[in-house]
Amino acid sequence: MEITDAQIEFKDFNFYYGKFHALKNINFKMARHKCTAFIGPSGCGKSTLLRTINRMYDLYPEQRADGQLLFDGRNLLGSDIDVSVLRARIGMVFQKPTPFPMSIYDNIAFGVKLHEKLSSSEMDNRVEWALRKAALWDEVKDKLKQSGMSLSGGQQQRLCIARGIAVKPEVILLDEPTSALDPISTARIEELIDELKEEFTIVIVTHNMQQAARISDYTAYMYLGEMVEFGVTDELFVKPKKKETEDYITGRFG
Amino acid sequence: MNLLARRKLTNRVALTLSLSAMAFGLFWLAWILWTVLELGISGLSLTLFTEMTPPPGADVGGLANAIAGSLIMVVLATLLGTPIGILAGVYLAEYGRNHWLGSTTRFINDLLLSAPSIVIGLFVYAVVVAQTGKFSAWSGVLALALIVLPVVVRTTENMLQLIPNTLREAAFALGAPKSVVISKVTLRAARAGVLTGVLLAVARIAGETAPLLFTALSNQFWSLNLNEPMANLPVTIFKFAMSPFTNWQELAWAGVFLITMGVLVLNIIARVFLRAEKVN
Repeated sequence: MEITDAQIEFKDFNFYYGKFHALKNINFKMARHKCTAFIGPSGCGKSTLLRTINRMYDLYPEQRADGQLLFDGRNLLGSDIDVSVLRARIGMVFQKPTPFPMSIYDNIAFGVKLHEKLSSSEMDNRVEWALRKAALWDEVKDKLKQSGMSLSGGQQQRLCIARGIAVKPEVILLDEPTSALDPISTARIEELIDELKEEFTIVIVTHNMQQAARISDYTAYMYLGEMVEFGVTDELFVKPKKKETEDYITGRFG
Repeated sequence: MNLLARRKLTNRVALTLSLSAMAFGLFWLAWILWTVLELGISGLSLTLFTEMTPPPGADVGGLANAIAGSLIMVVLATLLGTPIGILAGVYLAEYGRNHWLGSTTRFINDLLLSAPSIVIGLFVYAVVVAQTGKFSAWSGVLALALIVLPVVVRTTENMLQLIPNTLREAAFALGAPKSVVISKVTLRAARAGVLTGVLLAVARIAGETAPLLFTALSNQFWSLNLNEPMANLPVTIFKFAMSPFTNWQELAWAGVFLITMGVLVLNIIARVFLRAEKVN
């Protein structure tokens, strides 16, 4: 399962919340235009790991990382990294839908305006493109001026995905994107992720093992801040190498 | 007594207690409104808005100069206090949450919030009126602004704190700098609450007497000069209601009626605002 085209690579990576050592010596690679899933029990550090990739931890002064986190060969932990530009290249979608208090159109345009100067017709095209990619266009094309908060939970989450896509990132980070949604909305988002893989590298944190098995190409099993096992999803779920992984995925633990 | 009966009884007792507490509060409010209405409405006429405050015992007269003076000073004080208050509230909620400067500012603001308005009036008297040697509308504006300020700081901070952190993170995750996150996202999400705070502050200063008594004083005549004493409703009411002259007393009640209605309307607007925002 050698990953030849790695986009993101963790090398001897450690992460701390104050004195608490939350991620211990993480080493693995994530393949370009594939979907990598992080699974593990609550508190194992999978969300923490995800949030390091766009340096979300920068917002909190007591959190810090050491080691190397390479993005196309460049270390993201360095102080020379412009996080604003980095976050335009690495988008993120959260557990709960987070529409901004503005119209559907402005929700999508918000991120684009931060990084690009577009004419209004170019912006219209970009908004439509992003909404189509997120499979939301047909439902909202007649009410783009309405508040983003007026949409249903599943639609809001697709709006947030569209908002992330609109900036044209290379990587999309998804932090339990379907845990607040009903099964039908979840199925739609999963289909969407499958399509997005064509153009974007997807990293997803999920509590739902079936979901990881369904949509990901690679899976990492984490426990107590360590990466217990990492491998091709089909192999990891069918024939896990480690006893702990097997216990977790068969439901004997966790 | 079985469990269900006991729960029902507890429920009934609690309900009775809370209903009577509400009735107690509403009783006084209704009485106040009724008195104001009864005594104020008789003095209500068009001349109230066109005539100046009259000398004692005169037949004609109104409150035109006092109404204008109050409006001017309340508007200016709000324009002065609101921006500073919103900026300070943003600092407290978004920057100084865990910083010593933040907690110190919050503490001082709380002191200012609970300072009796007469203290503020005397303070402005000492630093402005006594220094310049005369009462002026400007000093009244300053005193009122000092009352607006802590109210706006407090509501802005509270409303921003209610905004979930995930919304901030979502904006940061798109690469937005902090200034954009605050101005375009969090402040916008909190705007109905912040506006309500401003409206409530306006309602509060509309009836403040003590701060104006030592600063803007009052003026029997029409004057829009901010460097001179200016007529205003609260001080006029205070002066007229204490007087032995019937025409003054009637005007005082009419003034009370105007202020009460103004405050009532402001409160209703604030509620409508909040509700409209929630539906959105």
